[in-house]
Amino acid sequence: MNFHLRLWRQKSADTPGRFEGIEATNITPDCSFLEMLDIVNNRLITDGKEPIAFESDCREGICGTCSLVINGVPQGPGRGAACQVYMRKFKDGETIFVEPFRAGSFPILKDLVVNRSAYERIMRAGGFISEHTGGAPDASAILIPKPVADKAMDAAACIGCGACAAACPNSSAMLFVGAKVTHLNLLPQGQPEAKKRARAMVRAMDEEGFGNCSNYYACEAVCPASVSASVIAKLNRDYIKGEVSEAVGAID
Amino acid sequence: MSSTANKESTGTSSLSSKPSGKSSACCTCSSPLLSSSIGRKWIVAITGILLILFVSGHLLGNLTIYPGPNWINAYAEHLQSLGPFLWVIRLVLLAIVGLHITCTIQLWMENRAATPQKYAVTNTLQTTIYARSMRLTGLVVIAFIIFHLAQFTWQGFNPVTRTWIDAQGRHDVYRMVIAGFSNPFVSAFYLLAVGLLAMHLSHGISSLFQTLGLTTAKLRPLFERAGRIIALVIFLGYASIPLSVLLGILRYPHVSLCPFVH
Ligand code: HEM
Ligand code: SF4
Ligand code: FES
Repeated sequence: MNFHLRLWRQKSADTPGRFEGIEATNITPDCSFLEMLDIVNNRLITDGKEPIAFESDCREGICGTCSLVINGVPQGPGRGAACQVYMRKFKDGETIFVEPFRAGSFPILKDLVVNRSAYERIMRAGGFISEHTGGAPDASAILIPKPVADKAMDAAACIGCGACAAACPNSSAMLFVGAKVTHLNLLPQGQPEAKKRARAMVRAMDEEGFGNCSNYYACEAVCPASVSASVIAKLNRDYIKGEVSEAVGAID
Repeated sequence: MSSTANKESTGTSSLSSKPSGKSSACCTCSSPLLSSSIGRKWIVAITGILLILFVSGHLLGNLTIYPGPNWINAYAEHLQSLGPFLWVIRLVLLAIVGLHITCTIQLWMENRAATPQKYAVTNTLQTTIYARSMRLTGLVVIAFIIFHLAQFTWQGFNPVTRTWIDAQGRHDVYRMVIAGFSNPFVSAFYLLAVGLLAMHLSHGISSLFQTLGLTTAKLRPLFERAGRIIALVIFLGYASIPLSVLLGILRYPHVSLCPFVH
């Protein structure tokens, strides 16, 4: 198969970028999108040209490192991360636009690579439990009802990829923050710090300059982990509980 | 990237309160409760609920035009007889609209700042036209409200309507409304505005449940359908009045539509 790629090329964070047309020829339909880029890169290197910078790690949809926007869709067509997109999804001879995640809080480093440390800093503000653990506790020591465990697990599926903020017209990180807060706040181990967590993570999110949620649900449409926007409702609830508790002096 | 919660063993609690809030926090609300992104969304949602209540109450009042001048003129006189209390209601409404607009405009500016560059290929993903047009529909609605107040409350365009009195000596609101809507341009602007208000509410009603944290994955489609239906009912209620005037169903002098009501 042959494709006309329109790729975003940008030398560094502070140089302006532009689209460059690159031909991807003789690609087998079973190639993944990233393998197609590998093939194109090998040819570019052979020709003595600069290869396209893009990120990937596991290439099996679980690590959240890959971060392409394919034809305007973060993580590309279909459910799953960009590394799970196969060339058979496209028509032979199709023009494909490949862009980096675009959100002010994810500055472009080079070509298709963006800096997603903002999500890490939000995690550091509250995406953990402060309890010191000893040895592995008995599995039956803390009983968790199945529906609660299921909901927490669905939220814990978030791989921190950043597609939610990339897809959001407001560059809002609410799906990510909602997923983390829901995961930890639903479980007994996370509950003692539930209100502080929601408050701290939302404040960190605001400080990172992410936009506000307008309930567009574009995030939900692209999330490779199928995290439901109901985690945003829980975040809205827990955050206000946290702020009110602080205002009345119930937490410090 | 982190896939699970990082276990960070920190000696001091990292979750303690830190001075924070948005840098662009509005001067009147220094508390993060009011200046944070979610805090302001709550203000939008709560003022939104109050505005929906107002819009619904106002519609019920307006519908008294159908039984005839006796009803709507009596309703208007009741409102006027509230005297200073009417001004309290007006000021509260003004404050609600002001808060709603101030917060939405702040959110809008922050959202623009957070998104410096758009994608070359636009993809609406799961968003709806109603959600994407909230700012446009809201702004047309506020422009309409100003025009509407100038026309029917202040009566600045056609001051002679102030002198219209019905048989019982009350201000003849019935006649004023019929005269106003007999102008097809006035009716057209009215229809446009209530149409856009309905679009605003089509997203707004379901959206506010999400903002207030009351939505679950199961409830969301229900709230969305209910929001659309309520918005449609509000639209039909408001739109029926200028349409009835233009179609000659409502006319001055009043012709009773129902043999039992005069
Ligand atoms: C009768 C008047 C109005 C009513 C009943 C109303 C109602 C609502 C409701 C219920 C919401 C949803 C709140 C939420 O998502 O939590 C909303 C959002 C919004 N309203 Fe209004 N509104 C009115 C007038 C206006 C006006 C005049 C503007 C002008 C700027 C406006 C701008 C907005 C915007 C931009 C949003 C979206 C906020 C966001 O999601 O970030 N509204 N409105
Ligand atoms: S919520 Fe979904 S889209 Fe957002 S960071 Fe997590 S996995 Fe990625
Ligand atoms: S490379 Fe790990 S999710 Fe795509």
